Amino acid sequence: MDFAFLGQTFLQLFSGIPLTLQLTAVAFVIASILAVLIAIIRTRKIPVLDQIVGFYVFVLRGTPLLVQIFLIYYGLGQFRPTLQSLGLWQFLRDPYWCSILALALNSSAYASEVLRGGLRSVPVREIETARAYGMSGLRLYRRIILPIAIRRALPGYGNELILMVKATSLTSTITLMEVTGIAAKLISGSFRPVEVFVAAGVIYLAINFILTRIIAVIDWWLTPHLRRPKTIAAKLEPTHV
Amino acid sequence: MAEIFSLLSFGPEGWGRSLLSAAAMTVAVAVCGFLLGLVIGGLLAWARLAGNMALRIGADTYTTVLRGIPDLLVIYLFYFGGSLLVTNIAALFGSEGFVGVPPFVAGALAIGVVSGAYQGEVFRGAFRSLLPGEIEAGKSVGMNRFLLFRRIIAPQIVQHALPGIGNVWQMALKESALISVTGLVELLRQSQIAAGSTRRPFEFFLIAGAIFLVITWISQQLFQFLEKRTTRGTRSAGAA
Repeated sequence: MDFAFLGQTFLQLFSGIPLTLQLTAVAFVIASILAVLIAIIRTRKIPVLDQIVGFYVFVLRGTPLLVQIFLIYYGLGQFRPTLQSLGLWQFLRDPYWCSILALALNSSAYASEVLRGGLRSVPVREIETARAYGMSGLRLYRRIILPIAIRRALPGYGNELILMVKATSLTSTITLMEVTGIAAKLISGSFRPVEVFVAAGVIYLAINFILTRIIAVIDWWLTPHLRRPKTIAAKLEPTHV
Repeated sequence: MAEIFSLLSFGPEGWGRSLLSAAAMTVAVAVCGFLLGLVIGGLLAWARLAGNMALRIGADTYTTVLRGIPDLLVIYLFYFGGSLLVTNIAALFGSEGFVGVPPFVAGALAIGVVSGAYQGEVFRGAFRSLLPGEIEAGKSVGMNRFLLFRRIIAPQIVQHALPGIGNVWQMALKESALISVTGLVELLRQSQIAAGSTRRPFEFFLIAGAIFLVITWISQQLFQFLEKRTTRGTRSAGAA
């Protein structure tokens, strides 16, 4: 292995990290908002909406993300005049916004399932107690249901974040130059796939390692009740001086 | 609407036949990768459960690395790295110039290597759910290791691992779409070709999605059926 080349590759790949992180963050925030709405609709079984949203989740989980990306980026171009008159064309012709849209929609379907599991795990008696105290609607969600559900769903939700980081690599197929996009360019330019793979792999592993640590810290911070109490050392002081 | 049917017809003008054979290619490459993944997953689970320190660390590292790296990079590695290797080997035998790895082989290997990491975790979880008492009971009636595995361990592992294995299969199937970057004419690549030549990308990517949906739906039904069969002998909390 050529270490000088490896170092050079690292430096070139570093310039793709901001885009990878940005795609991850923006798409993940949008996906989370959608996922909360979907999960609430599905657990409350709101008629009609529940069926529509159920079908949405089924379709997005049952088809590859790459197909969804291509459908949005290449497919929507067919409706250019309509989109132009709606003023959406300036977003949908841009691979960046198409990527964000595809990533967010895709991840919202998976994340909603994780959240649904969390919402289902909220004990009924907690909700009944809250209702007995006169809480309902948003306040019930804000104070009782969501805090419990978020804690239960957090580990699974962390996995979704990691999957999102990996999924951003697909945006390189529609010309975005994030880490994988630069890696593909370097491979075809230098034809040294092993070195480029090692460098890009190390970058992704580092990103994912840091993110899993952050999730673990949030989990620790949110669940003080599960922490082992600090053992209070018995102070042995002489009673008589 | 009639236009779509003519696009999809099975005649010489339509794309129906090529899309169907591309769908068969998708299933073929996903199945090959999935089966390779089963073998790798089994080995990984064995290494992590029964192996010595070195094997365990090796298997742990493999799992962490393969689950933390985008699948697309792994596909690039196998396709371009494999071609580099084959070209160098061919050069030893006096061949000159570039020799490529068949994209099918590179794709199936990549799917197998990635899904193996996930299957290893599934098997490990399933093995953990075995009751130690049952293994001890098997030993106490004089079963040897092979018989114990065949009669006690394997049937329960299959039962516990099946839902997880089903998930990994769905992942492998969807991952196969990424192999289109190597030029293998599977479902997505074929739709790209059709979209390019007819200038109807929306319809063709929609159709590709629909075919993927049908395949995932069928496999979901299949796994549910298998799950029912393997859990026939067990009581669930829901049963009276």
